Amino acid sequence: MQTITAASDEARRHTAGGPGGAADPDPRPRRGAFRQSLSRWDVKLSPYLYISPFFLLFLVVGLFPLIFTAYVSVYEWDLLGGKGEFTGMENFRDVLADRYFWNALQNTVSIFLLSSVPQVVLALAIAALLDANLRTRTFWRMGVLIPFVVAPVAAALIFGNLFGDRYGLINQGLQVVGLEPIRWHVDRLASHFAIATMVNWRWTGYNALIFLAAMQAIPRDLYEAAAIDGASKVRRFFSVTLPMLRPAVIFVIITSTIGGLQIFAEPRLFDGTGLGGADRQYQTITMYLWELGWRVRNLGTASAVAWLLFGLIAVVALVNLLLARRIATSGGKR
Amino acid sequence: MTNVLTAPAQPPAGGLRRRSRAAGGVNRRPGFLTYGFLLAVILGSAFPLYWSFLIGSYDATVVNEDLPPIWPGGHFFENATRVFDAVPFWVALGNSLFISTVVACSVVLFSTLAGYAFAKLRFRGRDGAMVFIVATMAVPTQLGVIPLFIIMSRLGWTDSVWAVIVPGLVTAFGVFFMRQYLVEAIPDELIEAARVDGCSMIRTFWHVAVPAARPAAAILWLFSFMATWTDFFWPLIVLPADKPTVQLALQQLQSGYYVDYSLVLAGVTLASLPLLVLFVLAGRHLVSGIMQGAVKG
Repeated sequence: MQTITAASDEARRHTAGGPGGAADPDPRPRRGAFRQSLSRWDVKLSPYLYISPFFLLFLVVGLFPLIFTAYVSVYEWDLLGGKGEFTGMENFRDVLADRYFWNALQNTVSIFLLSSVPQVVLALAIAALLDANLRTRTFWRMGVLIPFVVAPVAAALIFGNLFGDRYGLINQGLQVVGLEPIRWHVDRLASHFAIATMVNWRWTGYNALIFLAAMQAIPRDLYEAAAIDGASKVRRFFSVTLPMLRPAVIFVIITSTIGGLQIFAEPRLFDGTGLGGADRQYQTITMYLWELGWRVRNLGTASAVAWLLFGLIAVVALVNLLLARRIATSGGKR
Repeated sequence: MTNVLTAPAQPPAGGLRRRSRAAGGVNRRPGFLTYGFLLAVILGSAFPLYWSFLIGSYDATVVNEDLPPIWPGGHFFENATRVFDAVPFWVALGNSLFISTVVACSVVLFSTLAGYAFAKLRFRGRDGAMVFIVATMAVPTQLGVIPLFIIMSRLGWTDSVWAVIVPGLVTAFGVFFMRQYLVEAIPDELIEAARVDGCSMIRTFWHVAVPAARPAAAILWLFSFMATWTDFFWPLIVLPADKPTVQLALQQLQSGYYVDYSLVLAGVTLASLPLLVLFVLAGRHLVSGIMQGAVKG
């Protein structure tokens, strides 16, 4: 009890102009300088105490590894043998001279494009449907989110079966309507399409909910004004909804860039070998990193790949941002 | 559809004064087409899961048949038993449950503490530190895995679940998420009142911030749990084959040139059940979490 009264005195003076402290007409007498200074330290130190567990752990498991990757990337570094000689930029040269790196880069970008663009368009369409004044709206919202609780590994295994080259359901369907079956696990573009489908399946509903939230934040007056001016439903979507959704679209594109370019589980489990197909036609950069580090056992070159992947993500995210800005300003001029 | 919905777009002049409800059909109940499309979306969302259960409930010959089955067969429990024989599935379930629970609790605890400090307390360097945290959210996790692996193998942790748990104990996203929520959830007056009433800083945190943070904490817990449960890359690197997580066990079921899909998809069905149960119980919180995060993020 003692502590509390003392602290209370202190609080009056230190809650930085808080109305409770400043306006109190009857401040209690001082009680013990020690307790007061204890309380002052409490106010001063507590914030740092609260953030320090986060920062200490983050330093060890987040920040330090980032910097240390740069260190590893300029050494010969065996998975089991550990650090070898300093080699400067040689790991980077080796990686950039490896045709499998460029192969992986192409695959990653191709899968990313096939998954991100349709995903945003579809998610916008679904969000527009969900934005209607639905009955049992929670049911519909939860419904589109089902795939999100399915792990990428599970999705890869299910779709690996659906896209089976010989007995897959999708090829059976194609044959029923008189089309040639597609060799989903052999053809490069077909495999990218199949892998992108897994990503789209898992994330479209999630992104639709983000767009839905942003749509619901749009003042309804805008729609009413547009409607009174005679804008059709479709016109209202393109002229009111879409421009107002710009921040949400940018947010989704940036996060899906960061996630999409690191894609690993889906292509790795698309077949049983885990190397991205016989000709590595769907090996992605992260799979390539894993292969270098834990199969070839060369952590030095793997670190170089990690930095190159980081650079790629930064560049793509920046391009996205600039594009979004460009579209935003040109849209605003009209 | 356009015609139907825009028909009342020109309300009678008197109608304008009525509150938004009628104007422009903006808030009208949608037609059958909307429900039809949404139903199609949901069927498409659920179908792969049903397919997994379907194939998992037949024996291996089902894939050779001309026409795919529509209704489940009778072999699911047989296949499930084979899953438990083929891979250490109980170990995997236990590991995944333990890892995900510890990580989710730790993320919520540390994020609430730090998020509260960033949202409501004044201290030197606060804004700079927050910007720093947001910036690190954009850095891909893959960038750190190699040094992290070196650390873990130096420590000799590479065959224990702690190698998976420790790197997940805190996330920048968690702190950002809690800060965004708490900035608006706690009125400054409440904290001041608690202080005036004589609460120490930690008691103020406990009695004011924690109750206010509860809804966001539940959402963050769910997201952290799910993200950890579904993670594949990092556990693949550090865990040995005999101590897998659920995702690694699934991968073991599939590896090799010949894939027995009734076995694999029975495993997929089993592995998806825990999160599906969680989804049924807490799905609406997940929905509101995503939607809240979107507005603020």
